[in-house]
Amino acid sequence: MSTVAAHHDDDHHHAPPAGMKRWLFSTNHKDIGTMYLIFSLIMLFLGGGMAMLIRAELYMPGLQLLEPDLYNNMVTNHALIMVFGVVMPAAAGMANWMIPLMIGAPDMALPRLNNLSFWLLPAGATLLIMSVLAPFFGGGAPVNTGWTLYPPLSIQAGMSMDLLIFTLHVLGISSILASINIITTIINMRAPGMTMMKMPLFVWAWFFTAVLLIIVMPALAGGVTMLLFDRHFGTSFFDAAGGGDPVLFQHLFWFFGHPEVYVLLLPSIGVMGVVIPTFSRKPLFGYKSLVWGMVVLTILGCVVWAHHQYTIGMSVFATKYFMIGTILISIPVGLMIFNFVFTMWRGAMTFETPMLFSIAIIIMFSFAGATGVMLAVVPADLQYHDTYFVVAHFHYALIPGALFGLYAGVFYWLPKWTGHMYNEKLGKIFFWWTTIAFNVTFFPQHFSGLAGMPRRIVDYGVQFQEFNVISSIGGFAFGLSHLLFLYIIIQTVRGGKKAPAMPWEGAQIGTSGLEWTVSSPPPHHTFTTPPTVK
Amino acid sequence: MSYHFGALSGSVSHSIQEPHPNSKSKVIHNTSYRKNLFVRSAAITTFALGSLPAWAEMKLNLVEPVSPLTKSVYDLHMITSWLAFWIMVVVIGLVGYAMIKFRKSKNYQADQTFHENSFGRWSWLLVPVIVLGIDLSIAGKANNTFDQVEDIGTADVTVKVTGSQWKWTYDYIEDDIRLISSIKKKEDAGDEYLRSVDEPLVLPVNQRIRFLHTATDVLHAWWVPAIAVKKDSIPGYINETWTVIEREGLYTGQCAENCGTGHAYMPIQVAAVSADAYQSWMAEKKSKKQAEIALASSDKIWTVEEMSAKGEEVYNTFCSACHQPGGEGLAPVFPALKGSPIATGDIAAHLNIVINGKQGTAMSAWGAQLSDLQIAAVVTYERNAFGNNVGDVVQPSDIKAARK
Amino acid sequence: MAATGEHYYVPEGSHWPIIAVAGIFLTVLGFAFWANGMSFGPFSTVAGLCIIFYLFYGWFNDVIDESMSGKYSTQVDTSFRQGMMWFITSEVFFFAAFFGTLYYIRNIALPYLSGEGHLGSSNLLWDGFKATWPLVNTPDPDKYTQVKEAMGAGGIPLYNTIILLTSGATITWAHWGLKKNSKTHLVTGLACTVALGLFFLSLQVYEYVHAYQELGLTLASGVYGSTFFMLTGFHGMHVTIGTIMLIVITVRSIKDHFTVEKHFAFEAVAWYWHFVDVVWLGLYIFVYWI
Ligand code: HEA
Ligand code: HEA
Ligand code: HEC
Ligand code: CUA
Ligand SMILES: [Cu+2]
Repeated sequence: MSTVAAHHDDDHHHAPPAGMKRWLFSTNHKDIGTMYLIFSLIMLFLGGGMAMLIRAELYMPGLQLLEPDLYNNMVTNHALIMVFGVVMPAAAGMANWMIPLMIGAPDMALPRLNNLSFWLLPAGATLLIMSVLAPFFGGGAPVNTGWTLYPPLSIQAGMSMDLLIFTLHVLGISSILASINIITTIINMRAPGMTMMKMPLFVWAWFFTAVLLIIVMPALAGGVTMLLFDRHFGTSFFDAAGGGDPVLFQHLFWFFGHPEVYVLLLPSIGVMGVVIPTFSRKPLFGYKSLVWGMVVLTILGCVVWAHHQYTIGMSVFATKYFMIGTILISIPVGLMIFNFVFTMWRGAMTFETPMLFSIAIIIMFSFAGATGVMLAVVPADLQYHDTYFVVAHFHYALIPGALFGLYAGVFYWLPKWTGHMYNEKLGKIFFWWTTIAFNVTFFPQHFSGLAGMPRRIVDYGVQFQEFNVISSIGGFAFGLSHLLFLYIIIQTVRGGKKAPAMPWEGAQIGTSGLEWTVSSPPPHHTFTTPPTVK
Repeated sequence: MSYHFGALSGSVSHSIQEPHPNSKSKVIHNTSYRKNLFVRSAAITTFALGSLPAWAEMKLNLVEPVSPLTKSVYDLHMITSWLAFWIMVVVIGLVGYAMIKFRKSKNYQADQTFHENSFGRWSWLLVPVIVLGIDLSIAGKANNTFDQVEDIGTADVTVKVTGSQWKWTYDYIEDDIRLISSIKKKEDAGDEYLRSVDEPLVLPVNQRIRFLHTATDVLHAWWVPAIAVKKDSIPGYINETWTVIEREGLYTGQCAENCGTGHAYMPIQVAAVSADAYQSWMAEKKSKKQAEIALASSDKIWTVEEMSAKGEEVYNTFCSACHQPGGEGLAPVFPALKGSPIATGDIAAHLNIVINGKQGTAMSAWGAQLSDLQIAAVVTYERNAFGNNVGDVVQPSDIKAARK
Repeated sequence: MAATGEHYYVPEGSHWPIIAVAGIFLTVLGFAFWANGMSFGPFSTVAGLCIIFYLFYGWFNDVIDESMSGKYSTQVDTSFRQGMMWFITSEVFFFAAFFGTLYYIRNIALPYLSGEGHLGSSNLLWDGFKATWPLVNTPDPDKYTQVKEAMGAGGIPLYNTIILLTSGATITWAHWGLKKNSKTHLVTGLACTVALGLFFLSLQVYEYVHAYQELGLTLASGVYGSTFFMLTGFHGMHVTIGTIMLIVITVRSIKDHFTVEKHFAFEAVAWYWHFVDVVWLGLYIFVYWI
């Protein structure tokens, strides 16, 4: 209260406050965006470190490094950290940075709420880490369920499970608040003349992401709350002996979980929607159909969740419905993919790092989609389900579809954020290194899956050895490449060629936003009086 | 309490922790096990790469199907795989062509009106229509195969398959015979470790078999890819699948739904035999069962030694997965029975936990799964083995009384 | 869209969000410990809840001061409104999950267990189990206690329906008063609404005691009890929050905080209250009635 009441109407024109206060109390979308990005980078190393443990354990048959329960605990937390700690915060960080700049807003619509959304993340991460550590300090059995937390297995775990349930509550609140803020910003804060259909695709993509989150996050919260009650208060939602059904939890989880994958995908689609036109020097092809495609994706995405549960024995009708619905998702996604290809068509392309990533995404994500359609076909999924074929599918979807899109965004906007150009040569090395290592890691997993290797196993028969050796070697190479990533970022933050307001030749064609009208890096406060778009 | 770190800690104690007996890796493990992680991983890499010529035997596709159902699924899988292949050809083709042709370095001028020509105006309709056509044709094919999956008609043999942490129980419904099948120990399995069991499910070929899937504790999934598709085993519910095995042989599979600590250690084996062989196998099982019943219901008073000997067998089949062969348990989840207050204290409490289990933990109610004799035996064993030496003996009649 | 030329208020750094995080963190951490019987738990939870109450007080106070000193342009006001709308939307989906659960249990799970439908052979495991709703006999009566008598639709639930519907009317009536710029009208309307909210809550407490002591309907009496308490309990929690917010805006009305043009806080609370009302109707129909 004190400071604010003292002087009126001069809230904008300060330099950032010094010290910790700048970050702890921040109401500035750029600072909060930066914190989101740094947080997600740290979590990438944590979640990636767990992936390295997983790959090290699977390197050879036999138990070498991890107890079975600890192994499954690593799998669980690897996934939760990657999804909730890396991809979502990184995307939210970009939303924070770029959406107000693109649409000409002075800040996010609800700046204090924005700060709350961010700082809930470290709190959630702390709970998650406590959940990992609890078993070492007498907290009973670790969570060994995988990120899907299916009961009754999740009812057997010790207090780690309760900590994880609250982790999800806290992270869920964070995402819902962030989504409310983003939607409100997009609807209410656009500069005069910036109509909805003029917004850069990235803004649209985040709009639908936020809508999805608001719809599905509460279902997860409800599901894990019931789990908590079954664990401690004697309810029987998930216990047949009391008339409940373990499968009910799966429905709640996947009603959240499937739309969640589009939450992870869409921001990357948004990044590609600005990167590809920029480096093709040609307007985005099919802007309107991309936006409508996202509408269809949002709706369809919410009604096909049970394709993760084909093996539970749903009614024949329900199963067929979910199968057809799922297969139809290839329509809006295919439309997006082809619109990107046609944007490149007859363009004048150059291949800077963000563009390389985007092109790689088109190819590798299409492959993920193709295996996704294979999985959607029920009778075949009854063979693929819970094997490494699924693991391969979703890493192809998640790493190109989400992570690489974010890398593209990082390279594309680093000059804007830091005011320095990154080292293009290192960027390209990073691209080739990750892309090759990624494929070496996950391509063989399609085959180990077909050959019958189930997921979430700590030890396997000799028949799967070769696949896993290759996968692990690829995995380590992939992990190491991230040290280069870190180096490039630190180097760029600390110095380098000065970036102009518009660092990319084709940027004006690429995006219709206002981000290029401000300097690189932008001043602490931008657009304090709204600019006008003609 | 803490975890044991397999290779890193000194207390590598339980059977499932030993290195794989695969000859290629044995060499390494026999040398100093935890000498130096670095040296070890270098050595493993060398050996592993050295073994890569084994690729020739590496399976790159679904397991060869031997039932009409899995054959249809296999065909469907091949169709969708080829579809995936052609999608990739198209996408890579277009992207590749564009990357070669439309680059600035070749002075190509961007066509700023491309999106305004008739293709640009109609592609939003064109692409979805083509994709829809492909989608519907796959869905149509899948639809027919799925009807076949769900065609659960009358069967010649019905087997109830029950998953438990971590073993499979098979009940031949018509013949009232029960098998219990767990992983074959590494010492006995050799290279077949993790894919062989002590007691395979025996089934006749060319007869229609119906499986009823359920579980006692958590979710499991019984999956033998060559003969049948997988369906989850859900505690409290029953799922159904069917098969007709067309060729004799030993088919392997594995539990395919995460069921916790021992999820990797739930292999499945199905021995498909001729109808005659099946009949005589079944007859033998039945007469064995008669003998068992006679023994259990006789008024014989058992001595500690007899009971313990019998109990050891039961213990190693049912209990040692969690409580470990030496009774030391697996901290922090599975308590040690060695010196445990229950196993050395009041018999009633001991019987109670074994018969009724403990809600919300992995300790299930064994009363429903084991006979009076078996429970009496295992309890006696636990009270006298592992240095517990309580010295008392439980009789089958005590169990009958304890069950009420 | 921006009302051109107006200045959008971007607050200075604020310490409230980080305090909120601390409060939430301590609350849930304490709960996790508490549920596992660790003595530290309750303290942490209570401390966390105290922080959260203090926080609401402080944060709202700041916002009210800012609002009173005229810092909020109409665009800021619109942000608040839209924010509240989307927040209520997320609440709708939260309840949808619970209603979905009820639907699933009644129309899918129980029929399977009693031998109908696709998984009908499940009845082999629960010999003789028959699905009824309300489910008084669970598949395994040894594990989950019997319900002696189901909760009827008459009596307290009916009174509560009437009470909440009336309170929806009184708050709208209060809004008319606000628009007419009649303070007594406004305050009377709000006071009635608060009274009705409190009345509802006390009846619900009475109903719970009755359920536990006389009907044998508890959290541990199988899915019927589980869904009943989960749905009515979360609803009751929302009524409690709504009543507290109503009290706050009643006090603010007395202090003349609202004007005919600008009264976002009033509207937000009113929307919330209507939302809680509608959820109750759903509850009344699906939990008590059919
Ligand atoms: C970013 C994340 C992401 C994305 C975008 C997708 C996209 C899709 N996924 Fe995937 N999926 C996951 C992440 C993702 N998935 C994860 C994490 C899991 C496992 C969770 C777990 O169990 O732990 C999973 C699991 C999973 C399953 C369950 C498998 C199982 O457990 O048995 C299925 C089954 O239907 C499926 C299908 C699909 C489909 C049809 C799409 C579609 O959206 C794909 C659409 C895209 C295309 C089709 C390509 C582009 C289109 C063209 C080039 C046009 C031509 C195409 C045709 C004519 C078909 N996914
Ligand atoms: C966005 C999500 C995301 C991302 C980015 C990743 C990234 C990776 N994943 Fe993950 N994964 C999931 C989501 C994700 N995963 C999910 C949802 C599951 C399912 C879980 C479940 O079954 O419940 C899963 C499961 C899963 C499994 C299956 C486990 C099992 O079923 O038993 C495996 C196995 O190989 C694996 C491997 C990897 C690897 C090697 C990476 C790599 O890409 C990681 C690379 C990154 C780093 C390594 C960064 C850090 C770098 C360093 C720490 C430097 C040091 C490096 C060295 C010393 C080499 N993942
Ligand atoms: C799936 C794992 C599992 C299997 C198999 C298993 N148990 Fe247990 N057992 C447990 C767990 C977990 C506990 C601890 C329960 C608790 O928290 O009190 C336990 C506890 C016990 C105890 C009490 C020990 C003590 O001091 O608290 C006894 C006795 C026991 N089991 C006997 C058996 C017997 C006999 C068998 C085989 C017929 C068996 N168990 C099989 C998991 C298992
Ligand atoms: Cu049983 Cu996995
Ligand atoms: Cu999905």
